[in-house]
Amino acid sequence: MGEVRGLTGDEAVAYAVKQCDVDVVSAYPITPQTIIVERFSEYVANGEVKTEFICVESEHSAMSACIGASLTGARTFTATCSQGLALMHEMLYIASSLRLPIVMAVANRALSAPLNIHGDHSDMMGSRDCGWVQIYAENVQEVYDWIIQAFRLAEDPELSMPVAVNLDGFTITHCMEGVEVLDDETVAKFLPPRKPLYTLDPSKPITVGAWATPEYYMDLKRQEAFALESAKGKLLEVTREYARFSGRKYGILESYGMEDAEAAVLCLGSTAGTVRAMAKELRAKGEKVGTVKLWLYRPFPMEELIEALRGVKALVVMDKACSFGAPYGPLCSDVLATFQRFGLRIPTMNAIYGLGGRDVRPMDLSFIFNEALKIAKTGEVSKPMIFLGVRE
Amino acid sequence: MSTPSLFERRFWKDLPPGGIIPEPGTSVRYRTGDWRTRRPVIDEQKCTNCLLCWIYCPDAAIEQTPKKVRVNYEYCKGCGICANECPVKAITMVMEAI
Repeated sequence: MGEVRGLTGDEAVAYAVKQCDVDVVSAYPITPQTIIVERFSEYVANGEVKTEFICVESEHSAMSACIGASLTGARTFTATCSQGLALMHEMLYIASSLRLPIVMAVANRALSAPLNIHGDHSDMMGSRDCGWVQIYAENVQEVYDWIIQAFRLAEDPELSMPVAVNLDGFTITHCMEGVEVLDDETVAKFLPPRKPLYTLDPSKPITVGAWATPEYYMDLKRQEAFALESAKGKLLEVTREYARFSGRKYGILESYGMEDAEAAVLCLGSTAGTVRAMAKELRAKGEKVGTVKLWLYRPFPMEELIEALRGVKALVVMDKACSFGAPYGPLCSDVLATFQRFGLRIPTMNAIYGLGGRDVRPMDLSFIFNEALKIAKTGEVSKPMIFLGVRE
Repeated sequence: MSTPSLFERRFWKDLPPGGIIPEPGTSVRYRTGDWRTRRPVIDEQKCTNCLLCWIYCPDAAIEQTPKKVRVNYEYCKGCGICANECPVKAITMVMEAI
């Protein structure tokens, strides 16, 4: 067993980035991401890293600086959330369509108005179509491990795509856990220097970000879609390799109790821990419940999800974001579209929960599981979408 | 360079990743003339070779020859500025065949 350090989620990100020997970090502080860049700038000030830290006046500039740096072949990192991610929005698409393996930590936080600094997934879900690989971590250990794996995945010479690692604001960013860390040499062995697809080099001129006519634009988008789809296979390779180095095995999703579950709850991020604890309690009482947590949200792991959920009679999908005016929350829409594509009909309820940091208590999840069990028994979904815990 | 030029790549799988143009100086080979909906046609009888069209053309698609000017249709985008500026109305804009 490796060294165990007491780290908050933000500190774990900074520490992992330090070990990944990143060339350029450009970021702008925003709660609850601030401590990531604070800790990292301390490493820079203390001479503990060789990284160039580019201070900028906004997140739009932060992502722009990362894009420029990444184009030169530099290993590049940034972190943001909420309004900051929204401000970066247009640059996110440029990073992915130029195939730049930038790694970004997103300390998930609600979007204004009203002003709120607490955790939900509205920020990343607002940019979910930006072409980035999107990963959601459940706890501080996962955050540490995913940041290191994210660089290896992003920089895979065949993939070369940006990766966003999501950690729930405050629930993960500000909570301290014992984290088993790797030593610097092991990280260096796991993560060889980046070999870029192409670089800006005055001796070998190329054109980047050229204008594309309709004759070429659509074919390039097709190529981008294909590249992102291939991230799933690459992620499996990276997680297998990481298990050899760390002893910790990650993957596309994590299931609990799904061997015989009749009612299941699906979610992303930190809530998965509480959901699993509640499922354990219910299973001890003989209830056939199970849980599925997605680590990988984009590309959406359709086959693996179908495999995990095939046997259940009822499903509740928990969305920590509201897609205003849409039939369901973003995660549930993806799940139901996947069912449709594979010809599967599972009675499904969507629970919008935890917006703006609204706490999700065991009693809330007890209610969710009860609903799932009721649906499993009757086959009827009386409320297709609920806002969990609002005062009615 | 061993890889085919961007202009010879046809299928989406063959395009350079990231949509980059992997070699310099390619605009010479980019025939912008196919943007055109109307083509300028010069009436050599009327043309006085005053070169106003040659001066005004934003794409340098009017070329001088030993005798008179001619249009390089591989680059002329059909904007019609030449026809507008011609003092003797020697240039007419003709609809391209569909």
